[in-house]
Order: sequence, then C-alpha cells, then structure tokens
Amino acid sequence: MEKVFFLIFAAVAVGSALAVVTLKNPVHSALALIACLLQVASVFVLLRSPFLAVVQVFIYVGAVMVLFLFVVMVLDIRQARMEAFPQKERWFVYAIVPVITVELLTVILGKGFPRLGPGSTEATTVEVLGKALFTEYLFPFEVVSVLLLAAMVGAIIMVKKRWD
Amino acid sequence: MFETTVEVIIICIKVGVAGMVLFSLPIPLTWVERKVAGHIQVRLGPFRVGPHGILQPVADMVKMLLKEDVIPTKADKWLFMLAPIMTMVPAFAVFVAIPVGDKFTLPFIGKDITLYMSDMNVAVVYILAVSGLSIYGIIFGGWASNSKYAVMGGLRSAAQMISYEVAMSFAAVGVVMLSNSLSLVEIVKSQSGGLFHWNFLYLPVGPVWFMIFFIAGLAEVNRIPFDLPEDEGSLAAGYHVEYSGMRFAFFMLAEYIAMVTISVLAVIFFLGGWDDPTGVIPLPPILWFVGKVAAFIYLFMWIRFTLPRYRYDQLMTIGWKILIPVSLVCVLVTGLMRI
Repeated sequence: MEKVFFLIFAAVAVGSALAVVTLKNPVHSALALIACLLQVASVFVLLRSPFLAVVQVFIYVGAVMVLFLFVVMVLDIRQARMEAFPQKERWFVYAIVPVITVELLTVILGKGFPRLGPGSTEATTVEVLGKALFTEYLFPFEVVSVLLLAAMVGAIIMVKKRWD
Repeated sequence: MFETTVEVIIICIKVGVAGMVLFSLPIPLTWVERKVAGHIQVRLGPFRVGPHGILQPVADMVKMLLKEDVIPTKADKWLFMLAPIMTMVPAFAVFVAIPVGDKFTLPFIGKDITLYMSDMNVAVVYILAVSGLSIYGIIFGGWASNSKYAVMGGLRSAAQMISYEVAMSFAAVGVVMLSNSLSLVEIVKSQSGGLFHWNFLYLPVGPVWFMIFFIAGLAEVNRIPFDLPEDEGSLAAGYHVEYSGMRFAFFMLAEYIAMVTISVLAVIFFLGGWDDPTGVIPLPPILWFVGKVAAFIYLFMWIRFTLPRYRYDQLMTIGWKILIPVSLVCVLVTGLMRI
C-alpha cells in the first residue's frame, strides 16, 4: 500500500519537476514547482516525519512560492516566453548536467542510505526534534540563525541604498 | 483486518459529513450576513423569497448555476478554470485536523467515536500551512484573468498574506507556549475547567495574543477592514472581477469557509473549545462549541458593517510595525511566565 502511494507521489514529483524547467510560461512553471514541493512533502509523510512535511508546505509552498509568484507576475512574461528552451548560448549547462548526474548516481548507488528498519516506523515527534535541535545540534542551529540574520540585514541594506 | 475496515468506514463517514456541512454552510451564512447588514443599516435585508427572505440563498444558488460562465478571450484558460478549485481545496483540507469535540460513545454497540478526523501531533502547523495555500487560487485567478485590476488584487493579497501570516504564526506560537502542545485536542484539554483556565484569560499575555490572532485572522480571510484585494473602490472587485456564475460562487464559498476556520481556531486556541465556562450548565459540549463559533462569526459580520476599510499603507503598517513587534515582546513575556 505504502509503496503504491510512494510511486504515485514520486512519479508526480518527477513529472512536475520536469514541467518546471520545460514550460515556457514562468507562471506555469511556478505552479508546477508548487505541485512538486507538495509531492515531496507527501513523501516526507511516508518517511514518518510529519513535522518536516508540514514545515515544507508552510515555508516553501506557503511563503517562498508566494514571493516567487509576486516577482514573476510583475515581470514581462511575453519576453520570457520568447526564449527558447534549452537555450543555445548556455552551452555550459550541457556540460554540467552529466557531471552532476554521474555524481548523484554514484552517491545513491554506491553508498546507499540506511534502510528504514522495523524500529523506525514510529513517527518523529516534535518533542524529539526539538530536543535534538537544542542539545545535539545547537551549534549548527545557531550558525544557521546568524546566517539568516545576515541575509536579512543584507536585504535591508540593499533596499536602503536605493532610497538615498 | 475487520477493525481496520471499520476504522476506514468511520473516517469516510466523518469526511462525508464534514464535507456536506461545509458545503452547505454558506447557505445559512449568506442569509445571516445580509440580514445582519440590513438590521445594522436600519433596513430589512432580503425579505421577498420565503418568510423573512430565508430562501434567498437558494434563489441565489439557482441564479449562480444558470448564469453564463464567462472566460475572457485573452485569459489563461486552464489556470482561469483551475483557480477557484485551488482556493477551495485547502479551505476544506484544513478541517481534517480540526476537532469539534472530544468523543462520544455510540449507544447499543458501546464504541467510542472521536469527533475529529485525526489528532495530529503537528495540527497547529498543519492548519497554518494548509490554510495559507488557498492564496494561490487568488493569485493565479487574478493573473489568469488578464486584467490589470485582477492582477493588482492578486498581488495585494499575496503581499497581505505574507505580512499577516507572520503575526498569525506568532499568535499560534503563543498558544502553543501556553498549552504546551501542538495538537488541537491537547490545546483544548489544557484549557478545561471553566472560564479562568482559558488561554484568553491567561493574564497578562492571553488577551494580547487573542487580539493579535484576531486581527491577523481578519486580514488572512480578506474581511473588512482588511479586504484590500477586493477593494471595489479602487480595484473594481479585485481578483475575481472577471469571474461569473459558479466559479465566482466557489471563491465566495472558500471565503466563507475561511471565515469559519478562523472562528473555529479562535475558539479552540483561546476560548476553551467545547469547554463549559461555568461548569454547571448541563449542555452537550458540541453545543458550546457551535455556540462559541457562531458568536465569532457574528462578530466578523458586525465588524464588516461597522468599520471602514484601511488604506493599503496602513494595512502594511499595522502588520509589520505593530503586530509583529508586539508579538515578539509577547513571546518573551510568555516564555518568562512559563519557565
């Protein structure tokens, strides 16, 4: 049963991810990206981490994509539509894609991921996550917070300069 | 195997009942809203169809169904047709996590039936996340109409939603800090035992959280005084200006359900859910719950016909310069109080 669901989610995720890069209209791409992120969230639910799934929907689908759309909608869509895909000038894309594919394949096939054992069928609760985050991973957590703060300050400074 | 089948059937029945109730809710609500509007403005409101105009929503529905479904020539056809559904689906999906009572025992069989579909341990985050998704229907609907008023309405609602989602989430954080749980059933249980256990009366931060939640909620569901996305004065009708017939009705349906959701959440978060405030009145808990939600919905309507609309910059000022700083201070105070 679970496998069937996984296959559905995975197929739709891959399909919509392809649609993101192939669709000509940026607004349609954004819609496909929303669908893709929702499918990934469903896969997280199957992996017994509902919190991660919900946060994925909250942050990526709920906030980041709204901002994306905000930008895309004020762009000139007609111009973006004219561009051909794949673009001929961007030859380096053809070089990079095979390299990344080989890399990913070696990682996935070579080392493998730890399998979900019988003990890991319990869903990760928020309590467990919170404790891990604030004891074991406190340092990375704080570093990420400082990074985010720096990004925020940077964004504000960039806007300020234009005002003067 | 038999147990699982029974569980699945029970869940299907619950989903069916909830879906039907939600679908039919706008029928009485539109009537009540127009009646409230009428009486506040010292007139009668709908009065022709049925006694006191009670069949007016039915007549409206027939009208909506028979109306021509107009799709503008230069519209993005598929997106235009998809958008109303995209607002409606999340509005319904939220109710998967919302409890309307604890549980009751079926007579004769002695089987306990819970009055919620699932008691998720991340329910608060789930509801905030999923209810935020209905904004996409508004944005895409506005964009796909290929009309500048509709696009402006869509952009406004995107900006408004991002701004007030922050304050709303902070209010939810406050509730979680007060109740020590992310599950809605647990949040209600932590407030049981009468009026003075409710989060609303957790002095001094309770009322402040409640006000933040309520104001942000008003803005999230695009109700007056924050209905800038459909400001008829400057935007015609905003994002749904090109919509007609059933598609327009779907937008309205989603808006009404969002209003009900905010009312339900306010009751669960701050007013003790199905808890009896006095502890002596022998009413079934579900009636308390419905009564509190109904009072909230009335409050929404009352505000709609009392307050004028804010200007767009005022809306942003309230969100970013008042609600968010206040909620940051409030998080600190609540944290100190809960140590």
